[in-house]
Amino acid sequence: MKELIPLNILLLWSAYLVAAIFFVLGLKWLSSASTARRGNSISALGMLIAIIATLWLGGIVEWQYILIGFIVGGSVGLFLSLRVQMTQMPQMVGLLNGFGGGASVLVAYSEYEFFVHALSTDMATNAGVLVSTGISWLIGSVTFSGSVIAAAKLHEIMDGAPILYRFQKQLNAILLLSIFVLIGFFVQDPTNQFIPAAIVVLSLLLGVTSVIPIGGADMPVVISLLNSYSGMAATATGFVLNNPMLIIAGTLVGASGIILTKIMCDAMNRSLANVLFAGVGAEVVQQGKVEERTVVRYTPDDAAMILEGASSVIIVPGYGLAVAQAQHVLHELELSLVARGIRVRYAVHPVAGRMPGHMNVLLAEANVSYDLLLEMDQINDDFKDTDVAFVVGANDVVNPGARTKKDSPLYGMPILNVDYAQTVMVLKRSLKPGFAGEDNELFYEKNTMMVFGDAKATVTKLVSLLKK
Amino acid sequence: MTYEILFLIYIFVISIFLGVELISRVPPLLHTPLMSGSNAISGITIVGSLVAAGAGHGFLSTTLGTVAIVFATINVVGGYLVTDRMLKMFKRAPSQQNQGGRS
Repeated sequence: MKELIPLNILLLWSAYLVAAIFFVLGLKWLSSASTARRGNSISALGMLIAIIATLWLGGIVEWQYILIGFIVGGSVGLFLSLRVQMTQMPQMVGLLNGFGGGASVLVAYSEYEFFVHALSTDMATNAGVLVSTGISWLIGSVTFSGSVIAAAKLHEIMDGAPILYRFQKQLNAILLLSIFVLIGFFVQDPTNQFIPAAIVVLSLLLGVTSVIPIGGADMPVVISLLNSYSGMAATATGFVLNNPMLIIAGTLVGASGIILTKIMCDAMNRSLANVLFAGVGAEVVQQGKVEERTVVRYTPDDAAMILEGASSVIIVPGYGLAVAQAQHVLHELELSLVARGIRVRYAVHPVAGRMPGHMNVLLAEANVSYDLLLEMDQINDDFKDTDVAFVVGANDVVNPGARTKKDSPLYGMPILNVDYAQTVMVLKRSLKPGFAGEDNELFYEKNTMMVFGDAKATVTKLVSLLKK
Repeated sequence: MTYEILFLIYIFVISIFLGVELISRVPPLLHTPLMSGSNAISGITIVGSLVAAGAGHGFLSTTLGTVAIVFATINVVGGYLVTDRMLKMFKRAPSQQNQGGRS
């Protein structure tokens, strides 16, 4: 520990420190929409500095493979980022996350192949590196396979309904336990090549078995959790490589993922255990037909008349808006209402959409000014003083049953108080229940106007009616 | 336990507190770019894969390292570009909207 550091190593670590500082600044500047883009740029600059410093001072002797890797990876990354639509952002983030997890596993494996021939004689040091390597393998593999499944469910290549199987919790517990046991064996005998392979294979399996029982609409929580895992994988790799920058970056990402996961679980009033293990979303299939209660159906003409006479409107967007790709016409509706002197704002529930903040991105894409995008806590008290609550594609987040129906799976979940507004307009394709499989009391209340049809078509009609 | 590992643990613990402080200041408005942006940062493992593929550690090491570079580069490039694309869209209109409602 008392040895002097050679100059090139000192330079390398200084660069790493700058990179770490830039990552911190990047996240700090993400606290406001006006500085956020700058934050992303400085974070990217930090990454570039770390990469260049490693290439220059990291003991690189062979360049051809690195170049190939950059070109292939860079092209794929570029292609994906240009082509992805905002509505596909959840699966995109999921997939990128998976690649990150996969990279961690491969790096840990590659390091293992190198150091297995040069292990120190000190058992304690060995144990630290070996355990960290094992953990990297576990977390990286779970992240990789879990992310692929999550992305497949979101992209609807795979059925969103949870695939439940008996002894699900027990199977996952056994898998996890076996992996820990294997890591223990690995520390005892690092030269046995079979053990690392077994750890990776079982971890990949664990990633699959833990994600398939979770329903498609709970994927936002899963993606946040996997996001945090990929950070933890980087941290574990940092302990393997004795690299504090990896530890700092990985921990920041890990913290981010966990906090977002917690925010979402709180917003649904469900515990994380409930999301991961309770198979919510399967009941829709078993419930049978929703009882056909009568609901008054209104036309866009009826709705236009009410809107014309309103002085304040709050728009409540939901996942259905994204499905219908109606965000752009919705903005046009906003503009035509504003042109008539009507006050328009948007109320975004924390779990609206398929990803935290998803609705905000969709509406920003449609050029909605971000100061009109309000959080539930900011706007929930204003519904009672509002003429029209305009609900597009949102269902469970505006279900008043969550306040009072004790046997409902939604009970206790904070909801948007749309039913307090003078009139509630609900744009929906049909009376099919939302993700939780619950009928929505809102639809049957006297001040609710149900307008059935494709959201995009309905809103477009409204815009043209209001033009007159 | 070596001093080295002890210091790494110090850094790890402080980073947790730092992370909590930073993330709790990001508004829900920006949670999606937060996820994609933090995802890009987790691509820092690319640094490990560069050494693995380029330090001449043998065939297996180099091959695994190269594939790791491909994956990590997709993560980094895709992540930063997608985040920038999203953040570009967040604009605030100059306040011309009539806030008061009709008379």
